[in-house]
Amino acid sequence: MKGLKVIQPGIHSLIQDAGRHGFHSIGITSGGALDSHSFHCANQLCDNSHTAACIEILVGGLILEAQIATQIAITGAQVPISINNRSVSTWCNHAIQPGDRIKIGYASGGCRAYLSVAGGIQTKPIFGSVSTVVREGLGGLHGDGKPLQQGDILPCQPSADTQQRSTPLQQRPVFTDCIAEIRMLLGYQHSHFNQSQLDLLFNSEYTVSKNSDRMGYRLEGPAIIPPYSEMLSEGICLGALQLPTDGQPIILLSDRQTIGGYPKIGSVLSLDINKLAQLMPGRKLRFVPISLEQAQIALRNPE
Amino acid sequence: MSDYPKIVIASENSSMLYLSQRPCTRTSNMIAHTVRHLKHSLSDQLIDLVPSYASLLVIFNPLVTDHRHIQVAIGNALDNWQPQAQAQTARRIELPVYYSAESGPDLQRIAAHNHLSIEQIIALHQQTEYRAYAMGFAPGFAYLGELDPRIATPRLATPRKRIPRGAVAIADRQTAVYPAQSPGGWNLIGLCPTALFDTNRQPCTLIQVGDNIRFKAISREQFIQLGGSQSDLGEPS
Repeated sequence: MKGLKVIQPGIHSLIQDAGRHGFHSIGITSGGALDSHSFHCANQLCDNSHTAACIEILVGGLILEAQIATQIAITGAQVPISINNRSVSTWCNHAIQPGDRIKIGYASGGCRAYLSVAGGIQTKPIFGSVSTVVREGLGGLHGDGKPLQQGDILPCQPSADTQQRSTPLQQRPVFTDCIAEIRMLLGYQHSHFNQSQLDLLFNSEYTVSKNSDRMGYRLEGPAIIPPYSEMLSEGICLGALQLPTDGQPIILLSDRQTIGGYPKIGSVLSLDINKLAQLMPGRKLRFVPISLEQAQIALRNPE
Repeated sequence: MSDYPKIVIASENSSMLYLSQRPCTRTSNMIAHTVRHLKHSLSDQLIDLVPSYASLLVIFNPLVTDHRHIQVAIGNALDNWQPQAQAQTARRIELPVYYSAESGPDLQRIAAHNHLSIEQIIALHQQTEYRAYAMGFAPGFAYLGELDPRIATPRLATPRKRIPRGAVAIADRQTAVYPAQSPGGWNLIGLCPTALFDTNRQPCTLIQVGDNIRFKAISREQFIQLGGSQSDLGEPS
């Protein structure tokens, strides 16, 4: 099947969909687009189902050559894009002809861009998803967890769709140098931490460490020392804030281990995981505690 | 009054059920029962379930249900629990193991650590019927407990970069078989030729949480005959 040919894979480009669900009990993690909002918008722009497979482009550097007539759209990080060396905009769809060269430059704001194609990338799902999880060797073009490589052909269906679409401005993330505010719902072992440790967490700034990836974002800042270092391993949900013995917080993300034995204070609101997924190492954030009611209201009325 | 069962918030769309302070067969049976019950009663509201030693994480779709309903569903599952009915349903699996210096490079160190002979370590490892308490770390990796305290050994200070598929290992009071080649810090005592995880098989994992596992010693010849690879013998990196 024809589709999009990878001329240059970029720093780290992965096929991702909405994730692999229902297999945690055999140790399989969810994977899936880290910034689910940008992923969702990319699919909307190509009139796709909300779970269609896209490319998650870390920082940039991806070059594709089209073999078919179709539509593409790019959302997420602020990246320069060109089609046959002509600059085009992110957050809207573009018609593509066979032979067209699509070039994604390097991000100047945010760090993860999403490229969608009409109908989604047509590769064989494994455990119900094509999401690439490098650590598990699952998903992706060949099902073996490999990132995109030069020469890969991403199968896509031709599309004669001509409708123009763009994402409303208010739905696009704004990338600034401000300290990111990350909302957190207390949970798990939070009641085992003393109040002064919780106060320290919510009154401090943390820096995103360079050892951050799709498995977890490691933070550097004032240490929140857990009341005990070992506990029985238990299920870890998306966004869980884990405190290892050194007290440097780790926010567990899409490629997280399914169970683990470090104490956890609660979990980051899913809407803010999208924001977090766009923070480069070195960027700063602070946590804002929210109640369950506030979390539920935010989920039902995302701004 | 007992602190258990206890349900706490894990995130906006997940609840955590704790059933006991320490793992035990009764808790493990109750978790297996709750998993079955919730899969049926919550069906589409459910995103995933993560059973572990003494807890169960319930992940749900927050746009169609909420913590309160999930709490009620968990309560109903627990009310429905019949200890006697469970006892007979646990599966028993026997795994062949080639225990030797060339397939278990840490046997000597475990023996020295516990002041026992290598033969005693091998015998004690086979004496216990283990319970699969949890799966994680890698697809199909089952945490089996509890190991006889006489052979319990702490993890390696520096994990190995490459442990062969089928490596039988121990760490503290747990034992496991590595389903695929991976890095790892557990002590290696033998090799199992049986495939534990195969994406072409249904179900793809041989072991499931709640199963009972026994190990049985086999010879080098039997190991090769059962599909074991000679290239996996010898000191891993």
